[in-house]
Amino acid sequence: MIYLNGKQEEISEGISLAELVRERQYCLDYIAAELNGEIVPKQQYKDTILRSGDKLEIVSFVGGG
Amino acid sequence: MEEREIWEALCSRHSTAVQEKLWRAQVAVAGLGGLGSNIAVSLARIGVGHLHLLDFDEVDLTNLNRQYYFLRHIGMKKTEALKEILLDINPYLDIQTDCRKVKGEDIPQLFQKDEYICEAFDRAEQKAMLVNGIREYFPDKVLVAGNGMAGYGKSNEIQTRKVGKNFYICGDGVSQSVPGRGLMAPRVALCAAHQANLITKLIIESEDI
Repeated sequence: MIYLNGKQEEISEGISLAELVRERQYCLDYIAAELNGEIVPKQQYKDTILRSGDKLEIVSFVGGG
Repeated sequence: MEEREIWEALCSRHSTAVQEKLWRAQVAVAGLGGLGSNIAVSLARIGVGHLHLLDFDEVDLTNLNRQYYFLRHIGMKKTEALKEILLDINPYLDIQTDCRKVKGEDIPQLFQKDEYICEAFDRAEQKAMLVNGIREYFPDKVLVAGNGMAGYGKSNEIQTRKVGKNFYICGDGVSQSVPGRGLMAPRVALCAAHQANLITKLIIESEDI
């Protein structure tokens, strides 16, 4: 169980950030992800394994400004 | 108008202690569209002393439904048009301009001097690129991004949210610009005001060095 954007969510054991992003159908080009308060560079998504209790924020941007 | 007169007018509204903080602050505004032009004007009015304006584009007629430009600016670089407007409000501001498209690899050099950074781009991938880059290279700088402000109404859904240390997002998070429900002055200005208001608070409440 992790906190995704402030909400408790069940996740598969040993899942990587890259897999979660794919599973939740986020568009990679439009997001920024912060794990426990630190940005995760995109090239590290596949090596970033999520652990129970992690606080993950995935900001998904929409066009307009 | 003398610099002293403008300074005294600002201090009479804000107090000298507050004005000194605002005058010393260095804020970058990345993207000078509906968000960025309105953010910069707000910050210029309260006498934020050092503004760094970044945009590659020129003013066109379709911008005038929401962006802080006038007919006479059409065809001008947004950096130059906005600088002119800001200096009409306060000619003693220090305004640095970069008329260029921001790329990921330029971020460390481009934003080195800025203490506060407003993300005010239009396209989602540009927004994400800037946020990823700033958070990666400059986690100690304050970053305020805008996300989701198209359409009209639903004023109270525009919110300011703290995402992490030094990182905030303003907007409703979902309203993207689509044909028939595009960006309009009132709601874009609302989001821009959230961003400018947060920057103002963070400057005033910052610790003296």
